[in-house]
Amino acid sequence: MNAASFSALAEFLHARSGIVLTPDKAYLVETRLAPLMRREGCADLGALVAKVKAALSGPIADEVVELMTTNETLFFRDGKPFEHLRQQVLPKLAAARGPRGVIRVWSAACSTGQEAFSVAMTALEIAPALAGCRVEILGTDLSREVLRRAETGRFSQFEVQRGLPITMLTKYFRKDGSEWVVKDEVRALVSFREWNLLRPPQPLGRFDVVLLRNVLIYFDQPTKTRVLENVASVLAKDGVLYLGGAETVLGISSRFAPLDGARSAYALV
Amino acid sequence: MKTVLVVDDSRIVRKVARRILEGLGFAVDEAENGAEALAACRSRLPDGILLDWNMPVMNGIEFLHALRSEFGLGEPRVVFCTTESELDAIQRAIEGGANEYIMKPFDAEIIESKFQQVGLL
Repeated sequence: MNAASFSALAEFLHARSGIVLTPDKAYLVETRLAPLMRREGCADLGALVAKVKAALSGPIADEVVELMTTNETLFFRDGKPFEHLRQQVLPKLAAARGPRGVIRVWSAACSTGQEAFSVAMTALEIAPALAGCRVEILGTDLSREVLRRAETGRFSQFEVQRGLPITMLTKYFRKDGSEWVVKDEVRALVSFREWNLLRPPQPLGRFDVVLLRNVLIYFDQPTKTRVLENVASVLAKDGVLYLGGAETVLGISSRFAPLDGARSAYALV
Repeated sequence: MKTVLVVDDSRIVRKVARRILEGLGFAVDEAENGAEALAACRSRLPDGILLDWNMPVMNGIEFLHALRSEFGLGEPRVVFCTTESELDAIQRAIEGGANEYIMKPFDAEIIESKFQQVGLL
């Protein structure tokens, strides 16, 4: 792979999505972009980068961003944030918002929707404790392709066995052929929208809970700060931000402080 | 070290499951059917059981009923691991006292996820 082509690709990707492509990720470029290069008749990465540069908002540029995005996800990933939501955050917010209130949850970089649907199932499990307060979940992602899949609420047998307890599968999914589909009561709580985290999020509205887990790890320091600033600008005063287990706001943003007794959960300062 | 009894009439499935479970730090015993598994439990109760459904002599659900009526509902933790993937089969297994359920084919990630869910990891 030509170094100039690699850095041109890295520059494009960073400007477009904030994702940092370091030279040790060269193998990712090869494995993920090879089928697109073949389809587009590009002899090498340089030829593909030239096509991207020729139409920066064109379909090939979009596809490159989608292919270079990591979409790893599973139901109830890491468990603890969902326990925290169930036991503390959702009941507390419901009490504050009242019986006709709404709790808005943002699953940022939601990929194929497992996180958003996990929040929906969590809310349904504690519906009596929410005393009529509604929960609305918005899943956003940069990739149209993963959102198309998320919209269907359909998951393979393999996907429903990663993180999802069997009792939740039988309660909230129906089987359709070899796939499993979320039931309407779960699907009704969740909507999806294409969104770039680098954009000011005001058009999405205010949120009481933001899940931004295992996203910041792909960004450089200034981008992390910018994304956290964006989140802070739409988070309610008593809202909660969840990051991934290996992520922190320390040294990146002064807008958040860790919540006592909860790992990876933060409140506005 | 926690122990897991792998119950499956397929030698290959037992071998694959053993490799994965040993990799997760379990000591593994094997049984070819429910009757053998019940005898193994009477001699030493494991912490967990990975249980196939369709087996000769005594199948998985018959074994589960015998196990729960003899040793009670709490221990050991039982994870079904079967090609049966219809909702009514899964519900029968849960009602019979299974703690988790794997639909074959499985891989190391699924086994790890399910053994975490039953509290053995």
